[in-house]
Amino acid sequence: MKIAVCVKHVPEGSSKIDPSSKRLDRSGEGALNHFDANAVEEALRLKGDSDSEVVVVSLGPAKAADSLRKALAMGADRAVLVSDDAAAGSDLVATSRLLAKALERESADLVLFGQQASDADGAVLWAAVAERLQRPVISQAAEVTLDGGTLRAKRQTEHGYDTIEAPLPAVVAVSDAINEPRYPSLKGIMGAKKKPFDTLSLGDLGVDASEAGEAGSKTSVAALNDPPSRGDARKIEDDGNAAQAILDFLAEKRLV
Amino acid sequence: MSILVLLEQHGNELQKGSLGVLTKAATLGDGDVAAVIVGENARALATEAGTFGAAKVFVAESDALQQPLPQPRVDVLAKVIEENGYETVMLANSVLAADVAAGLAARLDAGLNWDLVDITSDFTGKRPALQDSVFVDVGWTSTPRIALFRAGSFDATATAGGEPEVVEVSAELQPHSTAATIVAQEEEQSSGPSIEDADIVVAGGRGLGAPENFSLAEELAKALGGAVGATRAVVDAGWYPYSAQIGQTGKVVAPKLYVALGISGAIQHKVGMQSSNVIISINKDANAPIFEFSDLGVVGDVHEIVPKLTELIKQRKG
Repeated sequence: MKIAVCVKHVPEGSSKIDPSSKRLDRSGEGALNHFDANAVEEALRLKGDSDSEVVVVSLGPAKAADSLRKALAMGADRAVLVSDDAAAGSDLVATSRLLAKALERESADLVLFGQQASDADGAVLWAAVAERLQRPVISQAAEVTLDGGTLRAKRQTEHGYDTIEAPLPAVVAVSDAINEPRYPSLKGIMGAKKKPFDTLSLGDLGVDASEAGEAGSKTSVAALNDPPSRGDARKIEDDGNAAQAILDFLAEKRLV
Repeated sequence: MSILVLLEQHGNELQKGSLGVLTKAATLGDGDVAAVIVGENARALATEAGTFGAAKVFVAESDALQQPLPQPRVDVLAKVIEENGYETVMLANSVLAADVAAGLAARLDAGLNWDLVDITSDFTGKRPALQDSVFVDVGWTSTPRIALFRAGSFDATATAGGEPEVVEVSAELQPHSTAATIVAQEEEQSSGPSIEDADIVVAGGRGLGAPENFSLAEELAKALGGAVGATRAVVDAGWYPYSAQIGQTGKVVAPKLYVALGISGAIQHKVGMQSSNVIISINKDANAPIFEFSDLGVVGDVHEIVPKLTELIKQRKG
């Protein structure tokens, strides 16, 4: 079987938003979104020593190749990078369209996502991609098992756990509690350089530039503002009287 | 300015977060504000939606809609929107609602803005970004607009709204929407007051040092009249039940007072409590991120401070 894992290359360290484009500044160093490492790990675990194929797929700038190489070094078999200047600034509607097009070319039995992007805090993309691929979707999976053509996942919700079954092909977003991602070995890092790596443009996907990037998006960013301050935030060191200081604070706020 | 709000229910109760979003919608919509309730007890819950500002309530509760799965809900919402032309769809974030919102965005090619904490009457969304260091004004370039709000963004306030018009919806479900099935459910029952409804929450993290030290949090919560919460780290370590977990993969709370004991303030936890009115934190690490969003941060040892504080509160309440 074939397992596709969607991964994102995110800025490393403290991110900032470029005030002119109002987009996240992606000019600095980046890394594999750590939540996606859980999805790569799960794919490798499901593959085990079978002859299944794990293909990692990303939409991003040319530098996103670094994150795909890391996934290859962890053990993925092949990488696909969708990279095109006209795709920059894609929102959910446009991103899901491009990723779904790339995934259609793969016809994977299982598509995996991590639980969120650490840069934009997005935690919804899988559901949009599943809708475009017309496949069942399960998110927040804390456990995934495969039994022939049936997938079984344990979804963690606000109320407890649901065990959900779906026939393959399916889309699953795994939670970061599902596993501990492995570190790439030196052999893995060396081997990653020789693994198949395709870079696709919008043209390769058969998507018109008007359906990607800002042109293909339905949301916009109007302004960047400072966050509202927490007013008179205070920080004290305990000198033996901290309990009294907290009580006074509670009294002042009329909370006791 | 027509607005549709997805109300989420659990068992026999409409969830407070989604009622908060409905309360907000009622202040925006020129009266054309409707709610949609899908699944278990949908019809029975419709009247309550009226008291939170819905003039009309769409209900769908066929057998295929009983389980809390996202994709059949996309079918129902898409039908209601296509037939009634709602311009804006608002949802309160949850594991279920996030998947509904994104599925609907793809189905309708509609813009989705998520993690919003507010929206203006001209439909500019307010979205904190980059660990809340920037507040971004976001918009939509076409309708329908889909807005997914961070839990706890709005208070649910019942008004003197009348009996809503109840409209039955029967949507044809797509084959891929009904492919997934819940085969087992494990409900975690919490003891004591529900942390989502409590006005005061006292939460403990790794800094408590050992599972038995959760009694510090329990005693303080009792003195204050609040509920006890926990971080994912201590739940994973088996110190406290999952039902008390606050954060991204647990409950999202927005009490009047949040007291964080020995909690570092990792983003996973922060998203579950940052909308609290007043945050007090005690941590021995002066550089803990929790201090960046605390109203009162105390650098010190929870084991020394908390028993004294509990005693002082008891004396005061006398």
